[in-house]
Amino acid sequence: MRHVIVIGGGVAGLQCATQLARTGVRVTLLEKEPRAGGKLLGWNSLFPSITPAAEVIGPLVEEAERSANIDLRTGCEVRSVGTGEVTLADGERIACDATVIATGFTIFDATVKEEYGYGLYDNVVTSVDLERMFGEGSVLLRDGSAPRRIAILHCVGSRDEKVCQRHCSKVCCVTGVKQAIELKRLYPSAEIYNFYMDLRMFGPGYEEMYREAQQQYNINFVRGRISEVSPTFEGRLQIKAEDTLTGRPLKMGVDMLVLMVGMKANAMNAVLAAEVEGLQMQPSGFMQPRDPFTGNVCSRSEGIFYAGAVTAPKNVCESLGEGMAAANSVVRWLDEQATRQNRTEEAR
Amino acid sequence: MTDFGYTVSKPRRIDIDRNDMTLCDGILSSMPELQTCIGCGTCTAVCTAGNLTDFNFRRVHTLVRRGEYRGAYEAMNKCMLCGKCRLACPRGINTRAVVLLLKERLKGM
Amino acid sequence: MRRSNWTEYQKEIADDHYYYARSCIRQNFFPGSEKAFLNIIGGNLRKDIFDDPAHTSCTGIGYHSDIVPLETIMTVVARQFSLMSEAGYENFVASCITSFGVYTEIMATWEEFPETEERTREYLLKATGREFRKPKNLAHTSDIIFHHREQIALQARHRLVNVYTGEPLRVVEHIGCHYAKIFPKSGIGGSEFPYVLAGMVESWGGEIVDYPERRHCCGFGFRNYLVQANRGYSIANSRSKLESMAPYRPDFIVSNCPGCAMFLDKWQYTLAEMEGTVYGQNGRGIPVLTYEEMAGLVLGYNPWELGMQMHQVDVEPLLDKMGVEYDRAAKYLGRNGKYLGRPEAVRVNGCPQGTYCNTKI
Repeated sequence: MRHVIVIGGGVAGLQCATQLARTGVRVTLLEKEPRAGGKLLGWNSLFPSITPAAEVIGPLVEEAERSANIDLRTGCEVRSVGTGEVTLADGERIACDATVIATGFTIFDATVKEEYGYGLYDNVVTSVDLERMFGEGSVLLRDGSAPRRIAILHCVGSRDEKVCQRHCSKVCCVTGVKQAIELKRLYPSAEIYNFYMDLRMFGPGYEEMYREAQQQYNINFVRGRISEVSPTFEGRLQIKAEDTLTGRPLKMGVDMLVLMVGMKANAMNAVLAAEVEGLQMQPSGFMQPRDPFTGNVCSRSEGIFYAGAVTAPKNVCESLGEGMAAANSVVRWLDEQATRQNRTEEAR
Repeated sequence: MTDFGYTVSKPRRIDIDRNDMTLCDGILSSMPELQTCIGCGTCTAVCTAGNLTDFNFRRVHTLVRRGEYRGAYEAMNKCMLCGKCRLACPRGINTRAVVLLLKERLKGM
Repeated sequence: MRRSNWTEYQKEIADDHYYYARSCIRQNFFPGSEKAFLNIIGGNLRKDIFDDPAHTSCTGIGYHSDIVPLETIMTVVARQFSLMSEAGYENFVASCITSFGVYTEIMATWEEFPETEERTREYLLKATGREFRKPKNLAHTSDIIFHHREQIALQARHRLVNVYTGEPLRVVEHIGCHYAKIFPKSGIGGSEFPYVLAGMVESWGGEIVDYPERRHCCGFGFRNYLVQANRGYSIANSRSKLESMAPYRPDFIVSNCPGCAMFLDKWQYTLAEMEGTVYGQNGRGIPVLTYEEMAGLVLGYNPWELGMQMHQVDVEPLLDKMGVEYDRAAKYLGRNGKYLGRPEAVRVNGCPQGTYCNTKI
């Protein structure tokens, strides 16, 4: 039986593994965390439909756990990837016919943007923290009171030369709009200001959601990036920005600041690019697919494939699609290998 | 008070905490579609008055939405009500009605 | 505030053997501070420090006012380094924030563009016949005091504590822009949460006030202040800081920049005279100290020896709170006992009779 190792038990890896298993391939799915599910485990709901994340990730995890063809190994960190084998952190070597790298991304560490005071000032939170709060069912200030005015800052750790993150993280624009709407549903009388550099509403229903946020939810959108955050005498947070559409500096006190943290490439990508013949990294730190159109789930190394955000920031739909595409590409490649081998044997 | 030959510059900053937002809230509740502006500037590009005076419809209504009302009424008086901006707005905002609404609400500001 | 970031920005500071480069303006505005620094380092801490009469201005004011070209200032800086090597020192200590910024910037430029260093070597050799070695360690004088703050605390005669209430004094720290805004790694704590002055204040018993306009520039800006017509927006920057800090009722301001300390002090007088507003407690201005004056008071130096009679805003309310004993009558006696003259009563030091005074708190 053919054996494929899928590294990463997030949305892309799970989709790929389950699809491979359905087609009769034996899969070893390696997840470094104690549970499979990846970043979506900590995520409450998904844009633009505000679908609970559990509805998407739950069935995938369940199938992976149930499938007789999948050996799901959690708490399992990979040390290196080789041709036809993967070595784990504890030194165990697992042989395989093909490998799919679905290791995703790292959440940008907001403390690096010191000017926003994340970790220093109470009530400066990230989009990830806010999602957790939504999941817990309450969004409150540190002192237990309800926020009356909230600022949401887009592009934290994205499109920012100063933190070596030149790329756009793609999903934060629409996440900012989604979270603004959810906050407004929770606190209808709260004022919400989104500070953005550009709003990139690229997906189906995103632009409509943005318009709804403006017209139905009275969410204010200010085109300008917050330059710094300070505490005020009243215990609020003072933010400064330029309202670029009026050409004037702007300041205001807010109760809560939400930082839309971006996607950073995994540090492991540099190791993969250095150690594995054929694997390449883009200047952004994400892995370089063989080509951006017809080989987007393939690497330049035979038998090694990609799925999901390991190659670039992607939303959940795209990662699911790539999981499927990678599974398909792996099977086709294995078939081709088998045909070639048969021909060689026949020739003998 | 002593004259040192210069005056202390007044801040240009928009201070949302000091601005009275009630007028702005009233305007927006009368006309929620104004909030859907995406700042593209088409209204100002086609503006008859804006090509001959410093009237900038986009900038003035954006300032009003930040609680900066001074000069907005006078600015709106420059509008010739030709309607080209309404024809052009990609968000479908009734910009002509915005002009009339601002003139009604901001007189004397 | 939970400060944690500053620990990531630790720079190396030499323990001993310093070559001292003075500021050109500090000796006029805070005339006792540089002498106090020499006394603290050489006397209290028993370190070796060399105050070289042969060194000159770094020409930073001229550089930042578009008068002195880059090649010239590089050559002047090279000469200072040459003097340092000649005197047998490797640790260069600048008393002025702008000088420190200039030295840091030039060292970084030489590093990035070695041809500029080569050219500077040629210019210096042609002009003076000198050669130079770059310093092993470059620090600002406030870095040095920060580095030895715990030893100073051990010798403290007074703490930054209100003797009437036992509460820590509330201190506003103001960091000169050229300390770490150009090269965050060159400052202790980086540029957003600098710890160089906060560390001293905390070691000596005080409490730091973090206020909304903490990171804002004092407004000096060199050419902006130098032209009278531009002073309106220079002073407006200081006013925005003072307005923002006033509700916290700070006991004093401490700064590590010659320009900032001067402007935060003197603009308070100007604002009181122009607008009738004072920002401190009891209808008076907020005293502004240099970090050497602060260290000097902690170590029990006589405030008039520290030159604190030259401040625009009177320091007596602060001295009283710290329990510092001083001779009121000796305030305007110079070092030789000669009467210096007495400034007029002004609004910033409490309202003279018959004037209207608008206090912010």
